Amino acid sequence: MTTPQVQLSEKSKTLSWELRDGVLELALHHAPCNEIGTAMLGDLEKFVEALKAAEGKAGALIVYSHREAGFSAGADLRELYENSLVLKVAERAAGVRAFLERIHFVLNAIDASPLTTIAAVHGVTFGGGFELALTCDLIIADKMARFCFPELRLGLIPGFGGIPRLRRDIGNATVRDILLTGRSINSAKAMASGLVSQVVAEGEALRAARATAAQVCKFDRTTSAAAKQFLKPIPREELRREIDLFCELFERPAVMEGLGKFIRNKGPHPYLP
Amino acid sequence: MKTLEQTTEEILGLAAQYFKIPREELDPGDDFYKKLKIDSLRALELITRLEHHFGIELPDYEVQGVTDFRTLANRIQARL
Repeated sequence: MTTPQVQLSEKSKTLSWELRDGVLELALHHAPCNEIGTAMLGDLEKFVEALKAAEGKAGALIVYSHREAGFSAGADLRELYENSLVLKVAERAAGVRAFLERIHFVLNAIDASPLTTIAAVHGVTFGGGFELALTCDLIIADKMARFCFPELRLGLIPGFGGIPRLRRDIGNATVRDILLTGRSINSAKAMASGLVSQVVAEGEALRAARATAAQVCKFDRTTSAAAKQFLKPIPREELRREIDLFCELFERPAVMEGLGKFIRNKGPHPYLP
Repeated sequence: MKTLEQTTEEILGLAAQYFKIPREELDPGDDFYKKLKIDSLRALELITRLEHHFGIELPDYEVQGVTDFRTLANRIQARL
């Protein structure tokens, strides 16, 4: 029996990846703004196989978006709501847990990759999209990037590893501000908070990320990977507790009410917490 | 210190520039969602541009429910 060969360049429904000049580039292109549902999750799982296969061939990974509105608007709440509606309460929690286990596997793999990883973000970088960016070693932000964890508005907490990774990177007071107010912050605030390593002009994030990737690729890979492992431990226990807490909160009727309200809201403000 | 009138004028000028509407077609009392033909995502873009322009932070919960340039100018003025 032969094992299917992992492709180091591939275009799927929601994203594509390509190995070029020792840098693996993952481009998200799922309309309208890279919502992370089962389609993107399946593609990300395939990408993780490519990421592992690229070890030894690539020194850096860049994650970026082709969508004009931004990097990612986060979890696909419409799909989450519609899939949950047809299930009994106990089945809903089980379904959400299964999804979270899969997305955590993907995000932990990116987080722990020996490659130096760079998120090049612009526009909306919300919820699960923010959580994806937080798995990367460096975040390079377009001046117009905006970051937010709006989950509390729905009676939930971030479920893709956001709180543990935010706590790993920045001070607790800022984490509380972002999480408990649900407000969005701009690139300057994110830079001042230590979340973002570079802020660049509009449309320049990918170029800056490529220049940074070229720089980090000059170094010995074993040393870079060792330094990363030393500096950036995966907060596995907290990530596990986050899944449990998310599932516990998700079982409450208020969450389905909040999701339904969000989905039905045709007004101009649904993204404003 | 800018006056409220100056702040309002700068907001209208910036909105006209980035959303490609002739400045003379914008008034302080206009509903900017309708006038600029923007949705919530583009409204966040407007907020981001205003934050950078005025060098302030404008928490989005402070502008929730705000739809006209004049009230928006008041919110910004309070942070200058």
